[in-house]
Amino acid sequence: MAVPFGYVLALAGIVVALGMVCAVARRNLIMILLGVEVMLNGAAIAFTGAALRWQQLEGQTFVLFIIAVAAAEVSLGLALIVYLYHRTGSLDPQDYQVLK
Amino acid sequence: MTLFNALFFAIAALIVASTALAVTRRNLVHAVIYLIFGFFGSAFLFYLFGAPFLAALMVIVYAGAIMILFLFIIMMLRVEAPEERLFPPRQLLPAVLFAAAYVVIGALLLVQDPSSAAVLPEARTEPAAFGRYIFTQSWLAVEIASLLLLVAMVGALLIGKRPAREREE
Repeated sequence: MAVPFGYVLALAGIVVALGMVCAVARRNLIMILLGVEVMLNGAAIAFTGAALRWQQLEGQTFVLFIIAVAAAEVSLGLALIVYLYHRTGSLDPQDYQVLK
Repeated sequence: MTLFNALFFAIAALIVASTALAVTRRNLVHAVIYLIFGFFGSAFLFYLFGAPFLAALMVIVYAGAIMILFLFIIMMLRVEAPEERLFPPRQLLPAVLFAAAYVVIGALLLVQDPSSAAVLPEARTEPAAFGRYIFTQSWLAVEIASLLLLVAMVGALLIGKRPAREREE
């Protein structure tokens, strides 16, 4: 097998960049949260590749915690989105201008 | 070109293509379905990298639980997509410039770093060994993560509960 480690890092970088574009450029709160998920996925790919490259289990341990944090973040984020939708009737971040 | 190489490139192409499709869809349901395919690709990649337990977690937690939660919320809210515009033209130029600078610097780092040329070894972590490692080396972090999940659950319940004032109306 002859996949250099740099290819894995490049793949992770591409995935993180895609997630960043999604989080920055879309105007829908659900798509912004999806972009954050994609970025976490890219980080997990990089950690798993590094765990294989250096034969250390710390990388895989980190991926476990990334998955746990992603689950917590998504449940809270979606609860906030539902709350905001019931209050304002919109998912566009530009509509949230009232600080009350 | 060994089978491992071919598998890696096929999975990488699958992940990038499905994630790019997901990021650009206007229909939220389509985006989530494409992203599920992307997470399945990540699970394959983890399995290829010798982490079968993480691959199973990826399918169960990410593709199974998180994405289905997104689907539930999308179906519950019946959102009409706001009209998308990428960037106002005034912000487009700095965004493109900074992105290009980071791409160039990152590519140079990857090319120049000697450890990135190292070929990945073939290895496999048995789930039992992985679990023993986690619960001996980082048991405190496991406890903290479980506390975090508890806090997230309580917070979601608290936010999801309508305030008393609204309920009376």
